[in-house]
Amino acid sequence: TPLTDREKKKVIRDMMMLVLARPPRSCNFLQWRDLKIVYKRWYASLYFCAGLEDKDNELLALEVLHRYVELLDKYFGNVCELDIIFNFEKAYFILDEFLMGGEILETSKLAVGVSMEEADTLQEEEKEQEEVGKTDKERFACGRGLRE
Amino acid sequence: MALPRMPAPIRLRELIRTIRTARTQAEEREMIQKECAAIRSSFREEDNTYRCRNVAKLLYMHMLGYPAHFGQLECLKLIASQKFTDKRIGYLGAMLLLDERQDVHLLMTNCIKNDLNHSTQYVQGLALCTLGCMGSSEMCRDLAGEVEKLLKTSNSYLRKKAALCAVHVIRKVPELMEMFLPATKNLLSEKNHGVLHTSVVLLTEMCERSPDMLAHFRKNEKLVPQLVRILKNLIMSGYSPEHDVSGISDPFLQVRILRLLRILGKGDDDSSEAMNDILAQVATNTETSKNVGNAILYETVLTIMDIKSESGLRVLAINILGRFLLNNDKNIRYVALTSLLKTVQTDHNAVQRHRSTIVDCLKDLDVSIKRRAMELSFALVNGNNIRGMMKELLYFLDSCDPEFKADCASGVFLAAEKYAPSKRWHIDTIMRVLTTAGSYVRDDSVPNLIQLITNSVEMHAYTVQRLYKALLDDISQQPLVQVASWCIGEYGDLLVSGQCEEEEPIQVTEDEVLDVLEGLLVSNLSTPVTRGYALTAIMKLSTRFTSVNRIKKVVSIYGSSIDVELQQRAVEYNALFKKYDHMRPALLERMPIMEKTASNGPTEIVQTNGEAEPSVVEAKHPPPVTQPTNQANDLLDLLGGNDVVPVIQTTVPTKPASAGGELLDLLGDLSLSGGPAPAPATSVPSSQPAFLLDGLTSPPLFNDIAAAGIPPMTAYNKNGLKIDFTFERANPNPNIAVITIHASNSTEADMTDFVFQAAVPKTFQLQLLSPSSNVVPTLNQGTVTQVIRVLNPQKQQLRMRIKLTYTHKGSAVQDLAEVNNFPPQSWQ
Repeated sequence: TPLTDREKKKVIRDMMMLVLARPPRSCNFLQWRDLKIVYKRWYASLYFCAGLEDKDNELLALEVLHRYVELLDKYFGNVCELDIIFNFEKAYFILDEFLMGGEILETSKLAVGVSMEEADTLQEEEKEQEEVGKTDKERFACGRGLRE
Repeated sequence: MALPRMPAPIRLRELIRTIRTARTQAEEREMIQKECAAIRSSFREEDNTYRCRNVAKLLYMHMLGYPAHFGQLECLKLIASQKFTDKRIGYLGAMLLLDERQDVHLLMTNCIKNDLNHSTQYVQGLALCTLGCMGSSEMCRDLAGEVEKLLKTSNSYLRKKAALCAVHVIRKVPELMEMFLPATKNLLSEKNHGVLHTSVVLLTEMCERSPDMLAHFRKNEKLVPQLVRILKNLIMSGYSPEHDVSGISDPFLQVRILRLLRILGKGDDDSSEAMNDILAQVATNTETSKNVGNAILYETVLTIMDIKSESGLRVLAINILGRFLLNNDKNIRYVALTSLLKTVQTDHNAVQRHRSTIVDCLKDLDVSIKRRAMELSFALVNGNNIRGMMKELLYFLDSCDPEFKADCASGVFLAAEKYAPSKRWHIDTIMRVLTTAGSYVRDDSVPNLIQLITNSVEMHAYTVQRLYKALLDDISQQPLVQVASWCIGEYGDLLVSGQCEEEEPIQVTEDEVLDVLEGLLVSNLSTPVTRGYALTAIMKLSTRFTSVNRIKKVVSIYGSSIDVELQQRAVEYNALFKKYDHMRPALLERMPIMEKTASNGPTEIVQTNGEAEPSVVEAKHPPPVTQPTNQANDLLDLLGGNDVVPVIQTTVPTKPASAGGELLDLLGDLSLSGGPAPAPATSVPSSQPAFLLDGLTSPPLFNDIAAAGIPPMTAYNKNGLKIDFTFERANPNPNIAVITIHASNSTEADMTDFVFQAAVPKTFQLQLLSPSSNVVPTLNQGTVTQVIRVLNPQKQQLRMRIKLTYTHKGSAVQDLAEVNNFPPQSWQ
C-alpha cells in the first residue's frame, strides 16, 4: 500500500536522523521498524540508504549501492554531488535501468550504460528534428516541416 | 496578429541554480512560490512546448518538499505526448507524484497500454517501468496480458523489464500468477544476465507465494538442476568484464540463485541432495578478502542451514560464521551474529563452540553488534555455562547503554529462573540486577521476583537481610524498593531475630526497620505504588513485631493521606485494628507459597484444595501485568521462529507439606514460555499447597505413547464410587508413569464437587492435570477422568494415598485410602 505524502516525509526525516546520528566507525546496518536499513556514506556529505526486508542479503545491498555509484560515475564521468543535483532526472533514469520495483533489473554495468546512451540519443535526435522543423516552418508559410 | 506571449519559462538548471542561492528558508520559499505561480499559468495556457520543462522543475521542487499535486494531470499529458522527451519526464513524474490513491492514475492505463506496444523499445521500457513500480491492482489487471506477451519476446531488454513487471503484478494481484506460468518455460535458457536475474526473481516470487507452484517447479520443470548448472558456469567461467565484481562473476545473480535454491531445497530431500555439491563448492572456493565474496558466502550459509543438508555441510556453514565473527569488518561480524541467532535453536551445539567469541562481541563498540551479541548470549545460556555466562552478562548490564538495560535485565531474570545452580546464587543474581539496574527493570518483574522469593523458603532470612541492607544504601530504584518492602513486611521477624544462616546476621531492631519503612512513605523518591507497598509492609509487621502501637499510629496518620490508594489502605487497616482485631493475625499471617500458573491453554487451572475456605486475604499487589510483549519473550521468539518449547525443570525443589494434611509432593513444572504473568495470589490460606497443572506438554505425550501393556487396576471402590487406574509410559522419559483415573458412580444420585487428590512418598514426584469434570454422573452414565504423572527416578515401589471429596445427596463426603496394589510394570 502506498504511503501518503506526509508518511513519506516522515520516513525521509527518520532516515536522516537515524543515519546522521551514527558514530563514524559503526557498521552499515541498523534496524528501523521492521526493515533493515543499509547505508553507505560517499563523499563527505552524501549518503545512500536502502531499506531491506528480512530475507534480503545486507552484504549484497552494500554491493548494490556501490554498483549504483559506479553507474553514476561512468555516466557523468567522475561524478560529484552537484552532478546529481543538477541532473536529478538523469539519476532517476539510471536508477530505473538498474533497479525496478526494488529488485535488480540488470547486472551488467555495460548494459545500463548502453541503454542510457541510446535513450539519450533518442532525446537528442528528437530535439534536433524539432529545431530543424521550426526553421522550416519559419521559411515556408504552409508550415510543412521535414518531420518524418 | 500574435498575442503577446509570456516569456519562455526558465530552464530547469537555471531554476536549480537560483534556488540554491537562497540563504534562508524563507527566501527559498519565496522563490519557489514565484516559480510555481509561473508554472501554473503556463499549464493553464496548455503550452505543449514547455510542459516538459515545467514538470521537471516541479519535480525538483517536490523533492525539496514542496507541494506539487497540481502537476499530476500535466504528467498524464506528457505521457500521452508523442515525444520521447516528454514521455520520459511524464512517466518519471507519474512515479513520483501519483499513486493508486488518486483516481487520476487510472487515466494512465490507456497510455501505458499503447506504449507497451510502441515501436521504440525505450518507450515500451518506460511503460513497463512505471507499471512495475507503481501500478495499482486495477491497472495490473488491465495490463497483465500485455506484460505476459512481452515476457515471451526475444528482445532481452524488454524481456527483463517484463519479468520484473510481472513480479509487481503478482504482488498486487496474486490470482494472476497462473497466467505467467507458460512464459516461464524457457526463461532460464537465456544467455543474457539481465533476463536470467529477473527470471530468477520472478520464479522466486512464484515459489514463495504458492506451494503448488513450488511443487511444480521442483518436479516438472526440474528447476534445481538448471540453477545448479547456471551457478556452476558462473563460478567456472573466465573473466567477464561486464559482470565482474572484484574477481567474482555476477555476484548478484549468484546470490539470487542461492536464494531460490534455498526455497526449493527447504523440506525436500531430493532437491537438497541435488544442490549439495554446488553449495559445498561455493562455500569452500569463494574469495573472502572482499565484501562481495562474503556476501555470497553469507547467502550460501543461509541456504545450507535452511535446507536438508548433510551434517558435514552444516558444520562447514557454522564454521564460516565462526570465521566471520573474527573478521575485522564490522558488517561481517554483525551479519554473522544475526545468522547464528537464527540457527542457535537447530544447531545449538555447533553454535556453542563459538560462545567465547560471541561473548567478546558484548564488548564491541558498535551498538548494533552489541545488541545482537546480547540476544545470542542469552540464547546460549544453559545449565552448564550459567555461572560463567551470567558473570559476563552482569558485567555487560553494569556497563551497557540504558537502551539495553531493560532487555538485559529481563533476560538475566529469565535465564536465572531456568538454570540457577542454587537458590543462593539465584537470590544473589536478582539482588545484583536490582541494585545495579534497578530502575530499568520492568514493572512486571516485581511480582515475578516476589513469587520466586516466596518459593525459596530456606532463603527467606538471607533474602530479607540483603534487601534490607540494599535499602539502607539506596531507595531510589523503585522495583528494588518494592520487592524489599514486601519482603520486610513478610519476613521482618526473621530480620529482627538475626536468623540468617548464609551470611553474618545483622543486628537490627524493630524500630530501625520501621524507621526505614516510614522513610519510604515520606520520601520524594517513592512512587505511589511504592508507598502502597511500604504501608502494607508496616501493617503486616503488626503481627510480627511487638511495637504495635507505633504501627497503629503510622497507619492512622495515613488515613487522611491525599493519595486515595494510601488513604483507603490506611482506613481499612485502621478498621482492622479497631473492630476486627481478632482477625488480624489470621489475615496477616505468612503467605503460602505462590504457584506460578503455567502459561496458556484452557486445560490449566490452579486447583486449590478442597477446603472451601473463602479467599480471605487478597494480597495487595499491583494488578498483574501480562508479560507477553516484553522483550524477553521477543528473545524467545527470535530463537525459534517456531513455537517456543517450554523447559521442564527436572530438578525441582519438592515442597514440604505445610501444617497438617497429607504428603503432597508436586512436580513443579515451571513452564517458562512467553505466557501471562502469574495470577495474583488469591491466597487461600489453606494448609496444603495448590496443585500445579501443566497442560502444555502433557497432552501430546499421551497421544504418541504406545500403551505399554500395563494392566489396569481398581484403586478404590466404596459407597458406589469406583476409581480405576489405567497406565501408560511417558515416551521421552521412562521414569514417568502416566496414570489415568476413571471415576464412576453407581448410585442413583450424582456426585458433585468431586475432587480427587493424591499423595506419594518423598522419593516420587507427582503431577495432577485437570479433571474432565467435577460431576460423576449417576448410575455409571459417565466417568470423570483425570491424568496423573508420577516421576519415579529411583524406581521404587509405587504407593499412593488418595483423598476423595464430593457432595452426594446434599451432604459432603470425604474419604482417604491407600493404594498399594500397583502392578509391578508401572514402576519398574
